[in-house]
Amino acid sequence: MSVSPVVSEVRTGLRQNATMTIAVVVTVAVSLALLGLGLLIGKQINVMKGYWYDKVEVAVYLTPDVTPAERDALNAELRADPLVSQVTYESQQDAYQRFKDQFKNSPGLVDEVNPDELPEAFRVKMTDPRQFAQISERFSGQPGVAEVQDQRELLKGFFKVLHGFQITALVIGIVQVLTALVLISNTIRVAAFSRRRETSVMRLVGASNLYIQLPFVIEGALAGLVGGALAIAAIVAVKIYVVDHRLAKSVVAFPFVGWGAIWGVGALVLAFGIVLSSSASFVTLRRHLRV
Amino acid sequence: MGQTAQSAGQRGVPVIVLEAVTKRFAAGTRPALADVSVSIDRGEFVFLVGASGSGKSTLMRLVTREEVASRGEVTVAGRDLNRLPAWRVPALRREMGCVFQDFRLLPGKTVFANVAFALEVTGRSRGHVRTAVPEVLDLVGLGGKEQRLPHELSGGEQQRVAIARAFAAKPPILLADEPTGNLDPSTSVGIMRLLDRINRIGTTVVMATHDSDVVDAMRRRVIELDDGRVVRDQRRGVYGSPHIRAAARLDAR
Repeated sequence: MSVSPVVSEVRTGLRQNATMTIAVVVTVAVSLALLGLGLLIGKQINVMKGYWYDKVEVAVYLTPDVTPAERDALNAELRADPLVSQVTYESQQDAYQRFKDQFKNSPGLVDEVNPDELPEAFRVKMTDPRQFAQISERFSGQPGVAEVQDQRELLKGFFKVLHGFQITALVIGIVQVLTALVLISNTIRVAAFSRRRETSVMRLVGASNLYIQLPFVIEGALAGLVGGALAIAAIVAVKIYVVDHRLAKSVVAFPFVGWGAIWGVGALVLAFGIVLSSSASFVTLRRHLRV
Repeated sequence: MGQTAQSAGQRGVPVIVLEAVTKRFAAGTRPALADVSVSIDRGEFVFLVGASGSGKSTLMRLVTREEVASRGEVTVAGRDLNRLPAWRVPALRREMGCVFQDFRLLPGKTVFANVAFALEVTGRSRGHVRTAVPEVLDLVGLGGKEQRLPHELSGGEQQRVAIARAFAAKPPILLADEPTGNLDPSTSVGIMRLLDRINRIGTTVVMATHDSDVVDAMRRRVIELDDGRVVRDQRRGVYGSPHIRAAARLDAR
């Protein structure tokens, strides 16, 4: 099967339909960028949850002037407590290591912090995390204790806000995807109409259905490809200019998603865009290019 | 001529067979074709005559599988069209060339490109296209006009391009639906000579027409339809009885 006629069909199709094609590409790009962003916010939440939620539920921070005796007493008391399942002591050096690990995507920040600026602490896993209030009451005022913190509580509000962003991005993204589908379907319908002479001759002389539909499906796939590439560019721009250059420098309370997640989501979004727009073209054709 | 002898030798092999075919477009309405049985052999030249609405076009569309019979069997080039799956329709269409009253050329493409298009989209190689197109354009008498656009040609020449396109892949069947309907009598004679030449190469030609002069001059098989029924099937026929001539004149108006 020679390829050149298909290529020239695709080229004419895109030229005849330039404005529609631009509208499709932009809509696809916006929808995919929003979907990608939604996915990445989800990953961001997981990055933070994975770090804090699963490892530690309660942190008992010690005062800078805590004595070894106070520390040992606290340790013993925590281990004896029936509500506590696991206790880990974290020295200032340990805390620094964890901090470095946590903020490996924000290098400038790590350089500005010294190990002795971080408090030592007991990291406590509870048999039932909902009983936090009892632990807090028992240990809060004890000598050598600076603060008892339920880190899940601390993050809950923040996660709620992030989750809200995620849902918003996904919902708008999905609405945009639907818009893109309608737009693609419309564009392909116009394209099929403007080339009805060619396609009717093709059918007459016995071109295969695949051959007749291929130029249209390729047009759809190209729109998906370009839209997806633009969406990736937008996501990368957000990562570089908003996350890395701004947030990571000023917000120090949590780490951010790395490039691995960005490329992963980018590839997903691109594949989705191509599949979406080519299958939308194909479905439209089945309805408007009958044999 | 050797070719004529060859086509004569193939006579008797049916390529288009309709057996008790009825085509009804909507339930409860008068059928477009009613219990039609026709058998056309390889290498035959057949005129399909009858007034508008007599069922000529419906019969043609059943053969190209644009329509499916409501009842009865349609067999074309060995294929049972009632049971032909949609994905094999393209292969059926490669067995036939189609020519229409309104030429149906692609206005933006040159004569060469119009004919080449039919070969390209059915997967012929570039090399094949380069040799086959000039060959068929010579056959239809358009050698030297390869780079013209359809609107630069006369009606007769445009119909020759359409015939070249239909015949470029050398299909065994050529269907022509009123090919001279838009042409003046002297131009029609040229088109009929061309169809006759294509028939003599061994191609089965089925031509639906209103043109009594053409039918009378050719003296080939004539099948007359009236109100969806075959009312005449004559070996070497003429256009027809006075009443169908009158009907044809009314249609022409």
